[in-house]
Amino acid sequence: MSKFNFWLQRAAQVIIVLLIVTFGASLLLRLIPVDLATILIPNGSESEREILRNEIGLNKGPIGYYLQWLGDFVQGDLGKIYFSGGTETVSDHLAKAMPRSLLLMAYTQVFALSVAIPLGVISAYRAGRRTDRIISNILFVMASIPGFAIALILIIVVGVKLAWLPTLGYATYSEGIWEHFKHMLMPVLSLSFGLIATYTRLLRADMIASLREDYVTMAMSKGLSDRRILWKHVFRPSSITLFTSAALSMGGLIGGAIVIESIFATYGVGFEIFAAIAGRQYISLQSCVAVISLFYVFFNLVVDIGSGFVDPRTRDRRANV
Amino acid sequence: MSSLMSIKNMSVNFDTPGGSLEAVRGVDIEIPAGMSVGVVGESGSGKTVMCRAAMGLLQGSTVNRTGTVIFDGHELTAMSKEQVRELFGSGMAMIFQDPLTALNPVRRIGAQLSEGLRIRLGMSKSDAMARSKELLELVRIPNAAAVLKSFPYQLSGGMRQRVMIAIAIACNPKLLFADEPTTALDVTVQAQILQLLRELREDLNMSMVLVTHDLGVVAGNTDYVAVMYAGEVVEYAPTKKLFADMRMPYTEALLDSIPRVDHKSGTRLSVIAGRLPDPTHRPAGCGFAPRCKYAQDKCTTDHPELKTDPDGHVYRCWFPIGEAL
Repeated sequence: MSKFNFWLQRAAQVIIVLLIVTFGASLLLRLIPVDLATILIPNGSESEREILRNEIGLNKGPIGYYLQWLGDFVQGDLGKIYFSGGTETVSDHLAKAMPRSLLLMAYTQVFALSVAIPLGVISAYRAGRRTDRIISNILFVMASIPGFAIALILIIVVGVKLAWLPTLGYATYSEGIWEHFKHMLMPVLSLSFGLIATYTRLLRADMIASLREDYVTMAMSKGLSDRRILWKHVFRPSSITLFTSAALSMGGLIGGAIVIESIFATYGVGFEIFAAIAGRQYISLQSCVAVISLFYVFFNLVVDIGSGFVDPRTRDRRANV
Repeated sequence: MSSLMSIKNMSVNFDTPGGSLEAVRGVDIEIPAGMSVGVVGESGSGKTVMCRAAMGLLQGSTVNRTGTVIFDGHELTAMSKEQVRELFGSGMAMIFQDPLTALNPVRRIGAQLSEGLRIRLGMSKSDAMARSKELLELVRIPNAAAVLKSFPYQLSGGMRQRVMIAIAIACNPKLLFADEPTTALDVTVQAQILQLLRELREDLNMSMVLVTHDLGVVAGNTDYVAVMYAGEVVEYAPTKKLFADMRMPYTEALLDSIPRVDHKSGTRLSVIAGRLPDPTHRPAGCGFAPRCKYAQDKCTTDHPELKTDPDGHVYRCWFPIGEAL
């Protein structure tokens, strides 16, 4: 199979996955045993509801409704959010929420990886010794505390008692880089704790397995330092699971930071989902789910491409199948 | 005759959940400068562990090495890991059994080959690459420039073993440990690799320890042979002498178990019945006694000491071949 065919097949897979996910989300919406128009505009008149039904295709069957939603979605119309006073578009909301969530995700990943990678390497190198035991006990505690608990502790200690950081809200770059990071620090820490524990354990396990390989003894017999062997010879072949896991958790971080974004009032995509559920804005919910699944699929694709760079064997295996 | 490496009373124990495992037990071997020493024995007899321990490549908290190893005037057993490391590459080097697992799967041949040159000899990146290409040509790899850019999995088994040899000889070592360098290769390639090792040894004036379970390989490629059994050296002699006048029943049994073309078809293959003693619970007497056709009562109760004939032939047996009972 040629490289071109491989990517063609991969693209077809991606599209099929996206169609299934979005159709599922739209079907769920139609399974709610009440009239959606009544939920979306509870105070509207029957004629207003009839207009709404026609507008978003609620009077069609599930497939007809889905196709209309899909047609709108690919043209950038993600539906509306209905208030008693009028409507706002979901795309406007997401345009504001998405950069915040993306930045939160990016900072969290960079921070979690830059802590987890050295920890994983050290604990694999010192496997079974005291350093490893201390690290793994600390990680165990970190993994056991849920993110919202860390968030609350941080707010009380760092935000209220010490008053070092703002406890709520978000600041854009234009409001000052320093302000921006001050608002981001606590949400990032709260999201990172669990990830650091997971990443470190994954890397440690794979590094320990690689350290038993003959090529490590071979590298030793060349007279290389332990540091060089660990980073140049062992880290790369051991890091595939880590990077796969990191890439997959990015999709989750974009939409899944619901609790943390709510606690710190960051108003990202997670908060948007929370608001859609609480305010019964089901069209907005459906579109948010679709956007998040887009990100999942995208990062999955990034893993596929990236693993070829980390381990050349996977790249050629693909081309030769 | 000066000795390049001398191993004195070296033992290696591994801590295992089942108790202490004695993989190598009181080994004494002299490796004369410029010579080739064969180490033979069946799987599990401690050949590989002996070589890795002598060089100082066994690490970890579960490994206990005792005894003395002196290499080229340095007492390795008294030196720190970092000091011994200085001798790797230009002093001692090793070739491993399976070139696929011993080469790093995700790094290019060029990077793996030039790295030793840069670190040990302090060459610049471009000098090291140029030298790497020469080394690949030295081990007779065609199209060396392309191979430098390849990954190990893209080469054949014979090519990979040549690459590994190139890596091992890169810094001109005085002593080369070749740990079953041909076991993972098919027979025609085996012959080529052995030929290559012979030539390189002469050209570079290198001593070699050739580990193998194949007495045929030993016969054509070594000056001395050490026969190992259950972690001990049981016979040590110049190769010619060993084959002409072996003293140890185990060596005889090993030689008898080689199939011969001049046997009539249908002749049963000679095998050594039984297996190696459990290294966590060693028997009191000779480890080979239960499998030895010459064994007497004394063999199962008393552990034989090394005996040395006047001509320097060393063996570990109460009732050696050629001695009247």
